[in-house]
Amino acid sequence: MNTPRKLPDEGLDMGVTVKTVTRWLKGPILLFGIYLVLYGHITPGGGFGGGVVIASAFILITLASGERASLQLFSKGVASRLDSIGLLMFLVLGWLGTGWAGSYFFSNFINTPEAAQFTLLSGGIMPIMNIALGIKVASAIFLVFTLLTAFHIVEQELEDRLCAEAHQQESNS
Amino acid sequence: MTIDVQALIPMFVAIPLGLSLLIQLVARHRHGLAEALTILTLLLLTVMSCYAIGYSGVYHLGGWPTPVGIDMRIDALATLLLLIVSVVGLAVSLYSVDYMRRFTARSHFYSLFLLMVTGMNGVILAGDLFNLYVFLEVAAIASYSLVAFGCAHEELEASFKYIVLGSLSSALILTAVALIYGITGTLNMVHIATRIVETGRDTPLLLAFGLLIVGFSFKAALVPFHAWLPDAHPSAPAPVSAMLSGVLIKAIGIYVLARLAFNVFGIAENELSLLRWLGLVSMVAGGILAAGQKDIKRLFAYSSISQVGFMILGLGLGTPLGLIGGLYHLVNHAFFKSLLFLNAGTIEYMTGTRQLKKLGGLNSKLPVTATTSLVGSMSIAGIPPFSGFWSKLIIVLACIESGHFGFATAAVLVSIVTLAYQLKVQRMAFFAALPASLKKLQREPPMMAMAMILLATGCIALAFAVLTGLRDPWLIGAAQQVLTAGTFGG
Repeated sequence: MNTPRKLPDEGLDMGVTVKTVTRWLKGPILLFGIYLVLYGHITPGGGFGGGVVIASAFILITLASGERASLQLFSKGVASRLDSIGLLMFLVLGWLGTGWAGSYFFSNFINTPEAAQFTLLSGGIMPIMNIALGIKVASAIFLVFTLLTAFHIVEQELEDRLCAEAHQQESNS
Repeated sequence: MTIDVQALIPMFVAIPLGLSLLIQLVARHRHGLAEALTILTLLLLTVMSCYAIGYSGVYHLGGWPTPVGIDMRIDALATLLLLIVSVVGLAVSLYSVDYMRRFTARSHFYSLFLLMVTGMNGVILAGDLFNLYVFLEVAAIASYSLVAFGCAHEELEASFKYIVLGSLSSALILTAVALIYGITGTLNMVHIATRIVETGRDTPLLLAFGLLIVGFSFKAALVPFHAWLPDAHPSAPAPVSAMLSGVLIKAIGIYVLARLAFNVFGIAENELSLLRWLGLVSMVAGGILAAGQKDIKRLFAYSSISQVGFMILGLGLGTPLGLIGGLYHLVNHAFFKSLLFLNAGTIEYMTGTRQLKKLGGLNSKLPVTATTSLVGSMSIAGIPPFSGFWSKLIIVLACIESGHFGFATAAVLVSIVTLAYQLKVQRMAFFAALPASLKKLQREPPMMAMAMILLATGCIALAFAVLTGLRDPWLIGAAQQVLTAGTFGG
């Protein structure tokens, strides 16, 4: 028999109002997070702050519509890989700066013209670092949140199994 | 081709971190690849730390000068610790190949293991207090997960206890870092030392120093801050136990304590006396508690507390001879304690029990384990030709030289207690009659045997280090000179 596994968050989601508002808000929240990451080198914010905002959009979806809805958009496997990729990008950027004489690990090796100061494409490697950090933080915070809520699932499954066993014993006797 | 040692300094942190991430990306389900990558990384780190011997310098990350950017410092003391981390790490990663086969998700183990190495290398090389704290947490959090790796009840409980006490000590350390930043206006260790020399040590600064001593005493598991160790170290998988007891408590406990006390704060006589007493209490309490244990790994864990006491006693004497004794014992202990934990791991792996009462006669069934364990036991107990004898002798001589006859007597007595409980392990596990349940035991797997032989060879080789006189400015002697040289700013 091939029945789909019952997820414990079914029927545990919030009401229509919360779900509708979340549907409207998730886009702007994601956009704001991406803005914070991309403009991190010229305005307040940056990779970490922006990453947290991006993760919070997915956390909001989890809270409003249940875990399945958010995991369909951003699965644990993808989050875990992006987590490693983000930090690896950051590290590789550091390595790229060490190629020549007199250079250092994490040298800023991209020269941007002075006229470009305070525009989006300035700051050398800083915007790329912010993007790497944004990817890492967004996926890591979302992962931490999902993994912490996963304990409920185990508990719930255990409870279900114990209930089923009790029923079994009752019907046997 | 010559490689500039200067350029290698950040690589001690970047390479294990990068590989730890790479394993998650490319070797998540390919355990063989994860094993190979880990062993190669540790091999590379070993070569790099050998290459860095005799070099000291400062690395400015990104080329930013000192007050603006992040500094990494390397000197003889740091190189000594890097060398210990790499060599013991290499042996442990070889050992893990066979030992970890019974666990699922082995690639996570190797990632966390490399992350722990990253954290320790970072702590050793950090030039400022905040980065030191960050790397301390990297190493600590990786070790919390590694202790809980088996996910059994006992492991989770031990890990939880370790997390609670570890976080408490980290909070104390962070408070101290904040206080120091508030008082001196800088986090760079050299600048802090200069400010302290200029302005003297006022009460808030002493409070910060006190918090640091307590925080790092937790990390080094000195009595009375040791409660987490006898649970955490035995519950972890054997390679992790070896790494925790052999290296972690030294790299993020004793090393930082010594560095801050001698090079940053400039330790005074009453603080030295505090260290000596902490050392004495740990030495005695750890020794007595170890003697009563029935679980072989728990016995070794208590023994670690006792041996850490020896090191702190040596450092607390503050004399060049005492410092040499303490550092020499630190190196020796890294080798023989990790060896003993690997031996205990092999026994558990082969027989399925850690209870001494259920063991016996293993020297006929597990010859490599029996022989290497004898080397480890005799070294830790301080039997003459072995390395532990020389380091303990130097500590006792240093006590006598500086007029602390009571401490010298206690060190000798605890040494006898050490011999007693090590003989108990040898007799009950290896020499007593073989129980019927263990009659069909097979030989230990080859990689495990190789790792144990590597560490036992290290133990024996270290005994020859005493022939060099140790005072020559090479490795241990040079590390001692770093501590004796006083504060960075003075």
